[in-house]
Parts: sequence; structure tokens; C-alpha cells
Amino acid sequence: MSESAVAARAPPAAGAVSGRTPGAWLWLGAAGVLLVLPHVPGLDSDYGRSLLTQMGIAAVFALSFNILFGQTGLLSFGHAVYFGLGAYAAIHLMRAINHGLPVPIVLVPLAGAAGGLLSGMLFGSVTTKKAGTIFALITLGVGELVYAATFMLPGIFGGEEGLTASRTRAPPLFGLAFASQLEVYYATALWSLAAAMLIHAFMRTPVGRICNAVRDNPERAEFVGYNTRRVRFIAFAAAGLFAGLAGGLSAINYEIVAADAVSAQRSGTVLIMAYIGGAAHFVGPVLGAITITWLQSSLSGYTSAWLLYLGLFFIVVNLYAPSGLAGLLLMHGRVARTRAFGALVGAYAVALVPAAVMAAGAIALIEMSYRVATQPELGTKMRLLWTAVDAASAWSWTIAGLALVAGFAAFRATWPLVAGAWERANAEAAGQ
Amino acid sequence: MTVPALQLERVEKRFGATPVIRGISLEIAAGERHAIIGPNGAGKSTLFNLVSGALSPTRGSIRLDGTEIAGAPPYRINRLGLSRSFQVTNIFPRLSVFENIRCSVLWSLGYGYSFWRDTEKLRDAREHAERALERIGMTARRNTPAGVLTYAEQRALEIGITIAGDPRVILLDEPTAGMSRGEAEHAVALIRAVTDGRTLVMVEHDMSVVYGLADRISVLVYGEVIATDVPARIHDNAAVQAAYLGSADA
Amino acid sequence: MLELATVSLLNGVVYGLLLFMLTSGLTLIFSMMGVLNFAHASVFMLGAYFSFQFGRWVGFWPALVIAPLLCGAIGAAIERYGLRRVHPRGHVAEILFTFGLAYVIEELVTMIWGRNAVANAVPTAIDFPLLRVFGSTFPAYKALMMAISVTMFAFLYVALKKTRIGLVIQASLTHPQMVSALGHDVPGVFVLVFAIGSALAGLAGVIGGFTLLTQPTLAHAVGSIVFVVVVVGGLGSLSGALIASLLIGILQTFAVAIDYSLLDLARSLGVSITRASPFYELASIKLATAAPIVPYLLLVVMLAVRPRGLLGTRDV
Repeated sequence: MSESAVAARAPPAAGAVSGRTPGAWLWLGAAGVLLVLPHVPGLDSDYGRSLLTQMGIAAVFALSFNILFGQTGLLSFGHAVYFGLGAYAAIHLMRAINHGLPVPIVLVPLAGAAGGLLSGMLFGSVTTKKAGTIFALITLGVGELVYAATFMLPGIFGGEEGLTASRTRAPPLFGLAFASQLEVYYATALWSLAAAMLIHAFMRTPVGRICNAVRDNPERAEFVGYNTRRVRFIAFAAAGLFAGLAGGLSAINYEIVAADAVSAQRSGTVLIMAYIGGAAHFVGPVLGAITITWLQSSLSGYTSAWLLYLGLFFIVVNLYAPSGLAGLLLMHGRVARTRAFGALVGAYAVALVPAAVMAAGAIALIEMSYRVATQPELGTKMRLLWTAVDAASAWSWTIAGLALVAGFAAFRATWPLVAGAWERANAEAAGQ
Repeated sequence: MTVPALQLERVEKRFGATPVIRGISLEIAAGERHAIIGPNGAGKSTLFNLVSGALSPTRGSIRLDGTEIAGAPPYRINRLGLSRSFQVTNIFPRLSVFENIRCSVLWSLGYGYSFWRDTEKLRDAREHAERALERIGMTARRNTPAGVLTYAEQRALEIGITIAGDPRVILLDEPTAGMSRGEAEHAVALIRAVTDGRTLVMVEHDMSVVYGLADRISVLVYGEVIATDVPARIHDNAAVQAAYLGSADA
Repeated sequence: MLELATVSLLNGVVYGLLLFMLTSGLTLIFSMMGVLNFAHASVFMLGAYFSFQFGRWVGFWPALVIAPLLCGAIGAAIERYGLRRVHPRGHVAEILFTFGLAYVIEELVTMIWGRNAVANAVPTAIDFPLLRVFGSTFPAYKALMMAISVTMFAFLYVALKKTRIGLVIQASLTHPQMVSALGHDVPGVFVLVFAIGSALAGLAGVIGGFTLLTQPTLAHAVGSIVFVVVVVGGLGSLSGALIASLLIGILQTFAVAIDYSLLDLARSLGVSITRASPFYELASIKLATAAPIVPYLLLVVMLAVRPRGLLGTRDV
């Protein structure tokens, strides 16, 4: 393979993570989009704005995770600890505000950030002793430790029901009383944008650049004068800070914090978001957070198999698209202007048909199984993909099974077609 | 009497029960170019690892400009002014060539763990890095991810990372390994240029490189230095010939 | 007091050996392939479910054989069709793959058997009292479990240290091309290792399934403790895993039995901690309530004091 073709396929040099440094204009543009979004038709309801708020919180959380993973090469299975402890700190502040403490609600996320930073430094002193696999296991253990501890200290953590507070019983700031979801959204958007800018700036600082070096080659980083353990600790503290900030935003939005805020499931979800979005690019985690939050919100109402689909999605990305959504977008962006792009789209269209059949079969099998196993009280008749299906009928299962198998076989047959189209498109892009 | 740049005194290293370095005492003067040669398995890489902090000696003292560094971690030794290259290329593959070099000057320029400055705006870091890039002839490839460079380019980058922070003492571990004659000659010229005025300790197998660069040579056999002398006398040394050079001279 | 201590010790050893059964397969896979298999506890859970289902269809003893075999086959498939693609991309990618797999297996189990625990009771064939210890009975199935666990240890110890194939596998971990050039089928060996490790997990699942609750959250509940065992015992060390499992098993069983708190301890020393003190809540937690976090506290202490673990051999 020619060197230029290799270079075309190589990840962009991480000059500032994504190879190009978004100038002030991009940030302004983002601010503009955030300003306008809650008024866009389709999103201009309480539901839509609530969704946007959740996306903002998830985006900050995922970006904080990626300080550890994508930037420093540290895989954490317990990052929710810092989100949750930040959330708890924030809800305590809110409760104090409810009782008369003259602090505006807008500043509550700072308490979250402080909680995240302090707990990040506390646990980080132990967790960053090692890197790699052991680090991953330690974070898992610390996560379980904190989760179990929340049930044992009901005074601080509120026990099973958690802690509640009100965001409206507070001194109003410029007339903002946070009674409406729109106000909550704008506060979240403001903090989220600020957090994203700070995280981006952090990666451009000397310690941020060294985090990347430590990720790539921790041994060599030691030999150019850096104590890699301290670098990991700093990254951990920074990641904790921003996770806590996200937790604080969550406390404002939901007005309740319970043990699920530090749970293994939340740690797993943020990992999946950052990974699916693309850990090698700054915007990857944001893309992942937006996508997963949207899917979760729209799908979990329709299907009890939502977590299975998420897991399968994750595995597919891990096996076939490890650079995530951001990587896929970049890949396509590189060949978008070539003439071969049209052929590529055509190949996709051809592959899409059997893929859809296969997916339909899989979905049918999955949904029917879930209905029978987990919700037998609803009976066996269900509506799937605009068709009426009876899970008790052998016919439904047979058709679904056939669709899955035949669809997969046909889909498989189209892979060389797509691969060939990619080869041509890449070659053309490299030659340009 | 000036302090030697590097001073080893009765340095020993055992792995479990196996002695690899059996007591080495060596003094290398500031500004000297010193080559370490010897058969495979003599302990040359282990010696480098001991001096650069990758390993701690079982016994003995290692002094850098008079400061004791035996057993110190690599980052502390580097901060004291010693830098090393690796026999197996040890670069930052996902960073650009420029970034690779810039990361290796940050500490020496005093930026430490700073999280409040924008690295892009650090003029001295940029100038240092660009200077080093020019010296290794990689300015044209500055934005290429280091992982996709050719082997020779990566070896050049390896040296670049080692010298970029202006270290006083430079350890080069088989810098011309795997190179063709032409590439090796080019590398020798590069090494001579970048180590001008600094102390160089070099492990090498290619005798023409050694004779071309070294002021003095130490011969390491089975963990002991059997001779330290100027190249001409080493060449004629009977013990060295028997142990290493033999009849097959490079 | 002696009765309590002896019964607790016995139960602690039984629980510890159960943990070891589960960890042993993980240690095997890790020592030989460097892969930390997040889905290991999930295969354990599958073993429990298979033993339940096949136990229903054909009886316990056949299920005892079928479940591990099925789990072994699943393990082989995971390696052959999934992990094999991911090996070249490094350990992080491997861990993430198995993490996704664990996620999916938990959901698949829910999809087939539902969210609630299934009635996986101890089979009557082995549910008879074997010994009487101070008035409590020691049932036969616990003895069976101990026997299986000790046999596993012996089998694995020999396989890893003494057999030629063990050496070959360990060599292929660091020099796969060289080993392959010497004529060994490295990918095939990996499939074998994964299959055996998974079969061991499945076997542990058969026993564990009726000792613990067989429900979709079983894998997660047990999985985290297993990783603590691995870190405390030292990555890659079989003996370390055994010691750590026993340690955690005994500590946790004793903790559950101790209905005292720091408050009680302080009081017996003449120090009184009042409600007004900020430490009151922490001090009043009874050890029995805190039992779930004992393994994780041990993890943190071990990491602070000796990050390599008790008998750790590899540094990752």
C-alpha cells in the first residue's frame, strides 16, 4: 500500500486532538446553535428542552470521561463516582439554598465541580498508582465501594430514596427562577459550553499535551522528564472536576440525587457514549452523548430491549468501527468530494436492503422474547415495526428467524461490494 | 579537577541470582564522546538502563555531574540533564513529528505540569522544537503522525526527541541499528553535529561509526569493562581482539 | 463463640472456594492470553442458567456435564469469532469487547428467562447433611463444591506450570509469530484456552447457581468481587487467586456475623461518640451491614500498600 494511502487512513496527527484547532468562530457558532435550538420546531416543548438538557449534561460527562480515556489512555469503569459525588454535593448546596442560603442556583454546578474535584483527588491518589488493566480494575472496585457506601450513610446520601431539593426556592438572579424547563436548558447549555471550552483548553496546555504523550508511550514520557504517575493524577483530578460539574447540572435538572448516580450502570453508560462517539476526537464524546441520549429517550419507551440494542451497537462499533461516529464522519468527509463517492453511496444502498431485513428479523425475535419472558401479563399479541405479531404463534418466530438468517447471508454477500467502493474512494482521495 | 560528566563506581546488577553487570567503574569527562562496544549479551543495554533510571543497580554508585543518581526514577535523571535514546524506536506514534519533539522540550523549558498556558503560544517551545526538527532534517514532515514515518525517519525522530531538551549528557543506544551504509553515514554526521559540546555515550556495533565518532572506547564483556582507551589502542588491544573484535572486523 | 467462629470459618472457606472456582478460569485466560475477560462472570451466570434449564429437562447430573461443555463451546466461539479480530488492537480493545459482551449476555439472559430469579434450588440428590458441626449441618453440596474447587486448582496448576502446552501458550503470549513459526497453531491454542477457561466458569456456575440467586444481575454482583480477587491476589498468579479468594471469603463471612460497630468498640474502650459528632453516622454502622464493601476496602488497602498484589507476577 502506498505511503500516502497509509497516511490518508491514519488518524489525523493530534496537534490539538482532532488535528485542527477550532477557532473562536466555531465556539461562537456552537453558542449560536445552542441559543436557537430550544426554539426549533420539534424541540420547542418541555419534552424537547428536557431532552436537550439531558444531552448537555451527558456531553459534559462524556467529555470528562474522555480526558481519562481518549486523552490519557486510562480506561475507567467507575467514572460515575465523581459525577455522583458532585451531584450529591450540589444537592446539599441546593437544600441549603432552600433553607435560606443566599446563593443563586446558577452557581450550584460549582459545588458539583468541587465535589468531583475533591473526590477525584482523594480516590485518584490510590487509583492512579497503576495504569492499564490494573487501573481499570481499581476504578471498578472503587465504584462498587462508593455505591455500597451510599446505602450505609443515609445521613449524607439519603438512603434508598436519595436526596431531593427544589431549584425554585432560591434567590432569583436577574428574574431567573428556574421554574421553566427553558430556563434550566439555558443554564445547562451555558455551563456545558463553558465546560467544553475549558476541557478543550486543558488539552492544549502543557500538561494536556503530556497526557497525550503518556497515552501514546508512558515509558518515553518518563524519559523526557515527566513523572507519569503525577500526570495521570492530574488528568484524573481534571476528569473528576468536570464529571462533578455534570453531576451538579443533573442535580438542578432532576432535583433529586440517589445512589444510581454513582452506579456501575451509569459508569458503563458514559463509557459507551464516549466510545461510540469516538474517543480519538474531541467532539466524539459529544456526538456519542447526543446520539445515545436521543436513542435512549426515543426507544426506551417502545421497547424493553433497549439495553440489548445498546450493547449490540457497542460491540458492532468495537469490532467494525473502533474510531466511533466521529471517526466515521471524518472518514466519509475525506472522500465526500471524490467522484467515487457516488459509487460508495450506491454500494451502501445495495447493502442496506438485506441489512434491513436482517435487522427486522432480529428485532422481531428479540422483542417477542422480551415480551414472553418479562411481560407475560401483557399477552402475546404485539405491534412490531408497524405489523401485528403474535409471540405465541410459531409462524411469527419462523418468519423472523428466516429473515434474520437470510438477511445476514445476503448482507454478508454485499460486504465485498462496499469494501471495493471504499478502496476506490480512498485511493482517489489520497491521489488528490 | 573538574567533575566528570558521568561517573560509575563498582556498579553491579543482578537479576535474581544472575549477575549481569559485575562491577563497572568508569569515568566519562564532560564533552567526551565515549563508545561502548561488546558482544551481544555483554550487558550494554542493561548498563544504559542503569544509568538512565530504568533499572536500579544492586550495588554501586552512579554520579551525574557529581550528583548521585543510582536508583533514581528516569524522570528525575532526565531533569538533571541526562537524556537517552532507545534501540527499539520509542516515540509517540499518534502525535505529529513536531508534537513529539515539543513534548520533549516542555519540562526543560520549565513548563512542568502547567495547566493554565496554551502550548501553541509558547514561543520558546516552538522555536526549540523547530530548531531540533531542522537539525534532524524532519522539518518537511512536521505534521505527519509519527506512527506512519519510515524506519529511518523514526530513528531520526528518536534522536530528535533525545536531544531536543538540550541535555548535557546524551546516551544513544545503537543509533544506526538497521540502517544502510548511506543512512548510517548520514546519522553519524547528524550525531556529531547535535552532540557538539555535549557528553555522548553511545552503544554501537558498527565499528566504522565507532571509530568515526568516539574519543574513547570501553569494551564490555560479560558485564565487565575489559578495556577503556582511545580507538587506536583498543584496536590493537590483544584482550579486546580475543574477546570481541577477533578476526572479523566490521 | 467458638461455634460461631468455626461455622463462619467453614462457610467462609466454602464461599472463598466458590470465588476461586470462578476466578481460576479468569486467571487461566489472563495468564495465557493477557486478556482480562469481562464476560467471564457472564459465562458463569450462563452456567447457572444452563444447569437450571437442563436440570429441569434431564436432571442434575447430566446438567453438571452439559452446562460446562456448553459454556466451553460459547467461550470458543467468543474467541474464534469475536476476540480474534480484536487481538491485534491491544488489550484495551479486548477488555472493551468483553465488556460489551457482558452487557449483551446479561440482556440475553433477561430476554430468555426474565428479570426475576429463577427457582434454581439445590438438587435433592446432593442436599443431605454430610456432617454435623456444633449443631449446624454441613450439607453435601458444599463438600462437592470444595472438592471441585480443589480439583480445579490442582488441574490448572499442573496445566500452567508443568505441561508442554502450558509453556507453548505462555511463549505465544509474548512472541506469537515465533511460536507460530515453530509450527504451533497459535490461534487454535487461544481458542482452546478460552474454551477451557469458560468451561471452568460454567462449572463454577452450576454450583454457584444454587448457592447464590440465579438472576440476570448475578454476573455483575459476582464479577466485581472476582476482579478484586484478581488484583489482590496478583495478576496472573493462580496461588495468589486462591489465597485472595479464601481471604475475601473468610473476611466477608465473618463480617456478616459480627453485629458490632465502631461505636460499640469505642464504648468498650471507654470512649463515647455522641450523636452530635460528625463521625456518629460512620461509627454506628454495624460491621454486618458494611460486609458488602469488605472486598473493596481490601482492594483499596492492597493498592495503597502493595499494588503488585499478594503474589503478582506480571506488571500491567
